[in-house]
Amino acid sequence: METLKEKKAKESTQQTIKISGAEAIIHCLLAEGVDILYGYPGGAIMPVYDELYKFQDKLTHILTRHEQGAAHAAQGYARVSGKVGVAMATSGPGATNLVTGLADAQIDSTPMVCITGQVTRELLGSDAFQETDIIGISTPVTKWNYQITSAAEIPEIMAKAFYIAKSGRPGPVLVDITKNAQFEEFDFSYTKCTAVRSYVATPKPDIKAIEAAAELINNAKKPFIVWGQGVILGKAEEELKTLVEKTGIPAAWTIMGASALDSDHPLNVGMVGMHGNYGPNLLTNECDVLVAIGMRFDDRVTGRLEDYAKQAKVIHFEIDPAEINKNVHADVPVLGNAKETLELLLPLVESNSHVDWHNIFKEKYQIEYDTVIKNDIHPTKEGLTMGEVIEEINLASDQKAVIVTDVGQHQMIGCRYAKFKESKSNITSGGLGTMGFALPAAIGAKMGAMDREVVAIIGDGGYQMTIQELGVIFQHNVPVKIVVLNNDHLGMVRQWQELFFDRRYASTVMTNPDFVKIAEGYHIESKRVSERKDLKKTIQEMIASENPYFLEVKVEKEDNVFPMIPSGAAVSEIRLK
Amino acid sequence: MKKEWFTISVYSENNVGLLNRISGIFLKRHINIESLNVSKSEIDNVSKFTIVVHTTEKWVRNIVGQIEKQIEVIKAFYHIDDETIYQESALFKIASNLLFDERQIQNIIKESNSQIVTVSRDFFVLAKSGRRYEIDEMYEMLKPFGIMQFVRSGRISVSKEVMQISALLEEFQHN
Repeated sequence: METLKEKKAKESTQQTIKISGAEAIIHCLLAEGVDILYGYPGGAIMPVYDELYKFQDKLTHILTRHEQGAAHAAQGYARVSGKVGVAMATSGPGATNLVTGLADAQIDSTPMVCITGQVTRELLGSDAFQETDIIGISTPVTKWNYQITSAAEIPEIMAKAFYIAKSGRPGPVLVDITKNAQFEEFDFSYTKCTAVRSYVATPKPDIKAIEAAAELINNAKKPFIVWGQGVILGKAEEELKTLVEKTGIPAAWTIMGASALDSDHPLNVGMVGMHGNYGPNLLTNECDVLVAIGMRFDDRVTGRLEDYAKQAKVIHFEIDPAEINKNVHADVPVLGNAKETLELLLPLVESNSHVDWHNIFKEKYQIEYDTVIKNDIHPTKEGLTMGEVIEEINLASDQKAVIVTDVGQHQMIGCRYAKFKESKSNITSGGLGTMGFALPAAIGAKMGAMDREVVAIIGDGGYQMTIQELGVIFQHNVPVKIVVLNNDHLGMVRQWQELFFDRRYASTVMTNPDFVKIAEGYHIESKRVSERKDLKKTIQEMIASENPYFLEVKVEKEDNVFPMIPSGAAVSEIRLK
Repeated sequence: MKKEWFTISVYSENNVGLLNRISGIFLKRHINIESLNVSKSEIDNVSKFTIVVHTTEKWVRNIVGQIEKQIEVIKAFYHIDDETIYQESALFKIASNLLFDERQIQNIIKESNSQIVTVSRDFFVLAKSGRRYEIDEMYEMLKPFGIMQFVRSGRISVSKEVMQISALLEEFQHN
């Protein structure tokens, strides 16, 4: 790439071309292909905002109403686009407000670069106004972080930040820049980072391990695939599909892996985990070979570890060596990017159909359908269920929408019943379980995929944690569809109180405001549905709208999410009611 | 799984903040660091952390994996005591009159293989290197006479097996 220095040298007769650190940051962002970022200005980052003002034709800055919103919007953007999300904030409270988003991105492996302003170098450590040790605070929740104290460091560190955020197992990077470094002038040139000597982004596949995996798969009588987000992050959707179709192995997904394989694919047997499907959970403890692809055996997936898939040989396809044997022992660990390792595996596996084994999954599905699913999506009782709302969204959007969920009952119902035809369509806070994630993440998701329908599904609790981001939707006319499933409770906690705390509903009952009026205050088209007869046509109207749309659905107050693996129970102890 | 003593060796870039990042991994698992030493290593510009912890092998394996994935960490290993050559160093500051008045002190110095680093009018300083228990024994022997100051370093260790860090680094650079 032609460096800025060269470009300016051509344009100018001056000998030395210098730019400020603040301007350099903008050029770094442009060189990395960033065209949108989310943030909130303040004292220590003002020089960069001044440059953003000058470059607004090339770089769109979205002013969120809280820095947490900026971080989640950047995450939503990254998750749908596969690009690095960028958020910016000032020092002190601006920086600390990003922390929840950093932690969320860290645990869900989302590529993100956060830029924070910092007090001038001379004031570091002096408890200056709006000074906080954001490097110290963010260390446990970042893949990497760095404090820049002189402008000359900017190009190299910014290049490294983007490389680290997106390479290998992605994650968030925070770059803290002291104010003096933003003002200083220096000779700028930019080279993209392609390697860091102490960092192995992606381990090289070991063909012996892949051969051992193929042998186990070929000899298995009851093999079972569980895939996670590693398939999406590794762009291995096609390889997964080919593997499943060639080997005939029933395949289930973790919440983060949803949408990597068409929901209606005959070998897609559903979700594993605490509120996953009955068959995949139960049969985890009956399979003879468990093929885990790009997933990390989270406790919400495994239930009681001592009784997780003990009868099975475990093959673990994983990019991060630290995940091997962390929770579940891998008989055959296969390190590497899922796309590369699956490509190598495919010619080695034999065609099979495993019809009898697959029929057991079908039987279990029928049991779950009769006891749970039928009542969730085609209820006969008077009150509206969350499941039927999701089903109507599937129908109205032809299963093509990006579904962004918050955290709680609606999230579990959303992930259970939302259907997908395209990858990167299920955006949720999986690992951290961050209430308040969905509204800002949906804004980022829409901006990352303007041609796609984006529907945020949020509970009445989580909605009020970041409700201020309606301001962004209004100001920029972001055509996201917001569905609040209102049960006037913190539903998931209430469910646990009902089941495990003798119905002592401590602080889970919500007296809610008029959500429709609030949305109207932001001039967003709004409807409320309280009866089944209005549901279908209102959801159709919402999906058909080309503008932002808010829909509140008053759902049954005390519905529970089933199936459920109680905390500390084995996957085979999954309860249908 | 039973708890044992493990020595973790971490080869890393010499960067600000890395100590915080590494110690945070122990903090996350509520594990106390029994001893910590940071120094240069046999490779230019590469630091070596030597960390001693008392935990289970499963945990130490997980911790080493989580340390190694930190961007600026080149390689991390863990060993049990039998697999390493290790030592600690200690300094004892003792009143000078005891050196002349107490024959027993002179015997302790001789038998413990420690060195007198300095002698002044008021105090003298004894240096002792060795295993933790040897230093502990010496401490117990000197305690009745009065120790004015005592300090012990973190463990330093080298492995008995060959550690091919330089080769690894070269490989990384060529990748």
